[in-house]
Amino acid sequence: MKDVNFKIGLDVGSTTIKCVVLKDEEIVFKCYERHKSLVVEKTIELLLKIEKILENKPFKIAITGSAGLGISKKANLEFIQEVYATKIASLKYFKDVDVIIELGGEDAKILFLTNGTEIRMNGSCAGGTGAFIDQMAALLKLSLKEFNEYALKHEKIYTIASRCGVFAKSDIQSLINQGAAKKDLAASIFQAVVNQTIVGLAQGREIKGKVMFLGGPLTFFEELRNRFKETLKLSEENFIFPKNSEFFVALGASIFSSHGTTFKTDFKSIIKKLKEKNEDNFKNSLPPLFKNEDEYKIFLKEHKKLDVKFEEIENYSGDAFLGIDAGSTTTKIVLITENYEILYYKYLSNNGEVLLIVLNSLKEVLTKIKDSGNKIKIKAAAVTGYGEDLIRNAFSVDFGLVETLAHLTAARFFVPEVDFVIDIGGQDIKCFKLKNKAIDSIFLNEACSSGCGSFLETFAKTLGFSISSFVEKGLFAKNPVDLGSRCTVFMNSSVKQAQKDGASLEDISAGLSISIVKNALYKVIRAKDKTKLGKNIVVQGGTFLNDAVLKAFEDELNLKVTRPSIAGLMGAFGCAIYAKENSLENSTILNLEDLTNFKYETNFTKCNHCQNKCNLTVHKFLNGKIYVSGNRCDYYNKGLVKNSNFNIVEFKYNLILNTPKKIKRTRKVGIPLVLNMYENLPFWASFFESLNFEVVLSDESNRKLYELGQASIPSDTACYPAKLVHGHIESLLKKDVEFIFYPSMTYNFNENISDNFYNCPLVAYYPEVIKSNIKTNKKIIIENIGLNNVNYFEKTAFKIFNKYFKVTKAEIKKAAKNAYYAHNKYKEKIINYAKNAIKFANENNKNIIVIADKPYHIDPEINHGVDKLIIANDCVLLTADAISFLTKEKVKTKILNQWSYHARIYTAAKFVAKFNNMNMLHLVSFGCGIDAITTDELRSILEENGKLYTYIKIDEINNLATVKLRIKSMLAAIEETKKLKTKKEHVYA
Amino acid sequence: MHNLTYSEDERIIFTKEMKKTYKILIPNMLPTHFELLKNILNLEGFNCDLLNYENSKIVEEGLKYTNNDMCYPCLLVVGQFIYALKSGNYDVNKTALLITQTGGGCRASNYIYILRKALKKAGFFKVPVISLNLSNLEKNPGFKLNLKLIKKFISALIYGDLLMDLYNQTKPYEKIKGSSEELKKKWTEKLIMQYKTSTNFGKKIMTKNFNSIISDFSKIEIIKLKKVKVGIVGEIYVKYASNANNNIEDFLYNENTEVIVPGILNFIIFKVDNRIVDIELYGGNQFKKYIYIKFKRYLESLQQILINTMKKHKQFSVFESFEEIKKEVKPYISYGVKMGEGWLLTAEILELVKSGVKNIICVQPFGCLPNHIVGKGMIRKILSKHSDVNFAAIDYDPGATKVNQENRIKLILASARENLNKT
Repeated sequence: MKDVNFKIGLDVGSTTIKCVVLKDEEIVFKCYERHKSLVVEKTIELLLKIEKILENKPFKIAITGSAGLGISKKANLEFIQEVYATKIASLKYFKDVDVIIELGGEDAKILFLTNGTEIRMNGSCAGGTGAFIDQMAALLKLSLKEFNEYALKHEKIYTIASRCGVFAKSDIQSLINQGAAKKDLAASIFQAVVNQTIVGLAQGREIKGKVMFLGGPLTFFEELRNRFKETLKLSEENFIFPKNSEFFVALGASIFSSHGTTFKTDFKSIIKKLKEKNEDNFKNSLPPLFKNEDEYKIFLKEHKKLDVKFEEIENYSGDAFLGIDAGSTTTKIVLITENYEILYYKYLSNNGEVLLIVLNSLKEVLTKIKDSGNKIKIKAAAVTGYGEDLIRNAFSVDFGLVETLAHLTAARFFVPEVDFVIDIGGQDIKCFKLKNKAIDSIFLNEACSSGCGSFLETFAKTLGFSISSFVEKGLFAKNPVDLGSRCTVFMNSSVKQAQKDGASLEDISAGLSISIVKNALYKVIRAKDKTKLGKNIVVQGGTFLNDAVLKAFEDELNLKVTRPSIAGLMGAFGCAIYAKENSLENSTILNLEDLTNFKYETNFTKCNHCQNKCNLTVHKFLNGKIYVSGNRCDYYNKGLVKNSNFNIVEFKYNLILNTPKKIKRTRKVGIPLVLNMYENLPFWASFFESLNFEVVLSDESNRKLYELGQASIPSDTACYPAKLVHGHIESLLKKDVEFIFYPSMTYNFNENISDNFYNCPLVAYYPEVIKSNIKTNKKIIIENIGLNNVNYFEKTAFKIFNKYFKVTKAEIKKAAKNAYYAHNKYKEKIINYAKNAIKFANENNKNIIVIADKPYHIDPEINHGVDKLIIANDCVLLTADAISFLTKEKVKTKILNQWSYHARIYTAAKFVAKFNNMNMLHLVSFGCGIDAITTDELRSILEENGKLYTYIKIDEINNLATVKLRIKSMLAAIEETKKLKTKKEHVYA
Repeated sequence: MHNLTYSEDERIIFTKEMKKTYKILIPNMLPTHFELLKNILNLEGFNCDLLNYENSKIVEEGLKYTNNDMCYPCLLVVGQFIYALKSGNYDVNKTALLITQTGGGCRASNYIYILRKALKKAGFFKVPVISLNLSNLEKNPGFKLNLKLIKKFISALIYGDLLMDLYNQTKPYEKIKGSSEELKKKWTEKLIMQYKTSTNFGKKIMTKNFNSIISDFSKIEIIKLKKVKVGIVGEIYVKYASNANNNIEDFLYNENTEVIVPGILNFIIFKVDNRIVDIELYGGNQFKKYIYIKFKRYLESLQQILINTMKKHKQFSVFESFEEIKKEVKPYISYGVKMGEGWLLTAEILELVKSGVKNIICVQPFGCLPNHIVGKGMIRKILSKHSDVNFAAIDYDPGATKVNQENRIKLILASARENLNKT
């Protein structure tokens, strides 16, 4: 028996199953296969294969991998944690490796082997895995092999949010819409994986020395390896990519089995145990959508009632109206008769070529009209959606509509008394509630909960189904699994867990439909009282065409809703109706001849007009017209908006940048331009300048600066403004300064508008994170300082600064006096600016948008140019702090009002609510836990006063499409409300 | 139901009449501690029930009635209450809810407000919420703390800490399965009896009880084995409440390890110490400071008695005093960091490391703000000085899957076992 020693290592991961059989030291069998969620079946299949090879010889076996845990328990086999298995294998074959990076389907792992072993796996909120690449490839409609081949040929790399798959997808979607090349996108996706691995996994520990790369994705995607190599600046000898890299974990398990386990001879008993059904796995299951066929039939009958009529082009003569909905992932076109019958419709995937798709469809419809004898005259056309401006300009469409209005118009056609509309599309969920026929509140999903519809589609595709056949499978599922509702990344991992628990495809399908509905209801609408949504609910959007989703929605609400049979075409249908209602004598839309000659060129460039550095897509049309998309402001299409030059965000930012006096001095203090420093700088600059220091600021934020510091970020779920601090400190470390000053501040100034005047934990204590995570010999002064009490400040400031440099009490006193003066002066400037802006708005009849922000939101890298977008819509822009400095009113809240920045928001909201021409836009940084409290409170303050609540969640993410949509929807709703409301006194004196 | 009276800020006041007829619900965060607290309250004439629901039941309600970006403990607390009120087991016209309120710059200070909002949304307009706090917030005539009651509470928390600690140290090694569990139960009952029958619960009787408890535990027959030791630190609710951490303690026990969970007394002292530090850093009322110092000394004196008694018995490893761990943490983080668990969390990690527990799991709600600083934010520095520490931070959230969490814990254990075999 001694001469034959078989060792089996079985690595059952989230998407693949890997196996290695060692005979002594030699690999006699290996296999790498996707298990398509049939974990147990594939394992058995594999074991049967191995059984044949072994021919009844004794063997040892160990199981590893995230799905292996269940297998090992069931079959009572030895389990070894996969990262640990990796370590065993690599230590055996590569003794001098310093770091191992292993990417799998779901998990990403990093192992530091030298100078203190450290092993880490990705946190709960991380993409950067094989499943993510799968999804992205599906999105780009490439096979995995093509995906890599395309990436290898890339010319440029785009910045794609690397926080998680959902965010990245949102960025990619917008790049696709802008017409970015697939090869560049593919490479950029790999780069995002690399960045996520560095920030999310290394968490402050430098990756250096000999680095080994393992796991499926790294094995199969050469360009992914290249991205790592380049980003980590690895030399050829430090870059280790071993043979059998995709089997390494299985190899580790087989090596492990040789010490840990006893000899076995019998595969039969293992397989028998694996085949046993687990009973307790379905405790988290949900009630079925339909109990039986009959129930389904009744359901179908009920929903058949509201159908539109169709008419053939050949049979109709008269006027017609065209509606186009150029959405984020699909384009919809509808042509209707005077009697709202549909003559023609198209529902097409964009594939990043909206122009071409619309062009071809228009050609098709016009040709049909021509072929049937030109009996139809298109009197007007309207367009809505992401591509509204582009399509309108390209084809001379008569009207452009905000999406909300388009959808509402269509919904009213079916249900005139409609009071709630919900649209679940591919990328976005849009809902709005009506009160007295006017839009009362709008709900749009934030980045985190986006992509639900298309997730269903890509998920179906990875399993080899079409979306409709996949969703249909769930209709009669007996035990739909509860997959949670946080976001698609979490859902994806819940699916994996369900698969491991042995849930059927049907149950998963139904579970996904239910999850999407829950996501919309509880995350987007935040419906607490479902009965308050409305009585006449219209559901639409392509996702609702799936009966399972519709039934899940009705079940969750316990209410019958209306789904028009053209649920997927509602935006376009609404546009067509709008075109009819606003009919013109002649539509300006291009005729068939124009369309046949229609040519366009698309070029990509970067705008250097301001520091936002937008990626521009320049469309040149044959008629000489040019249309530029991708820019925040309307500089290229409309020229600079001159009449409304009140942009307080820009004003404050410039004020802060120009705060330090431009006087050279021998003693220099470095101050990072971060978080609360965006407001406290006047104070500290004046303080240090009074003590004869030159104040040196960190560089202005941008993506590069962020990347400069990203390696030392310890918590990837912290907010972007906080994570940016690392880059600022790094930039200061390169400058010639005596020390860096970055104080810890539990408290802010007491502005007497709240119960306490705390900073949030991150603003307050981020200096501590810097101290613990950035290695430097330079002095960084991190002390607890309070500014609220002048006398106490003088006392403590002397105590503190006397430790670091020579200073007298009198000097401190004088510096403090100047500092407080500077701070007040700064506030005064803002108040005056706000007063002038309000006066200007009133005199010129302009809307004022007040951004509910925090001081750091003036940083263009943090706000991504939201201010420019608002100004481009001819609004006057103010911020909450300015209003609150002005009114100083303490607001009664239903929550504990104890953070000073957030208190200003409530104060400003109360003020905004009083005036017809003022509205608020809440800017929330992803990860701002405090805003979880603020959001609901602010909404209730505004809505109680008949104002819309709109919020925008921002992160490192750069996709402004949804932001644009939000702002436009808000402005359109404001206009509509204005029309309906009796005029209130709106002038603030 | 009684006529409802409202405070100026429109909350329902818990009146003296309510005390007689209302049932008070309390979410159970720590089984032993809260069992004692509940009984102390009931002896005062209250009628309290501890809620012990499984996670799967309460999450759904929590998700419905709180902002989903709110932290997990808040969601669970709200979810438990609403689940209880909907369960039909309580007369909603005669039920009040009790929650602790710590105050401070962390979101936790807002739980009570969010709970009230949620109750309204769920249609429970008439259910009063009582705040249990030491800051004199939100007065209720029907629920008043006096010094005697506070002292009783504190004694209960210390007993709780001691029983939990001894139980954790004994259970993995016991010869007869269940003997530590039984003894813990026996002592919980005995202590409740004492509270019932005796008015004396001062230092003397505490010392006596400490002695007897420790000596009883030392009599449990054990098998001396070398086991992996794992320390659990983190956000207070997720750290202690099994329905928030997917029963991490049971999981670890079943993985054949000894679990060490730092007690709650240091957290209480920490919260008092904060107030003293705050006045030192930012100015404030000197008289208040004096009171806080007095109170802190009282708590520390009790802690010292416990430590001395433990040391006498030698058999068990002994936690360090508050002052001692405060000293240890100084090179790492400032005492000014007070929000949430503040510097105490960092200090607890260091204390565990110093006592030889090199495997540490830091548990926190997903997106926990203070934890970015005091947990994950301090690890790099701790590891740079203690390279033998095996650390994992695990996030808890309604969407986080158990399989992912357990896989990460298993990773820690794999390295831990290797290290154990080396020594």
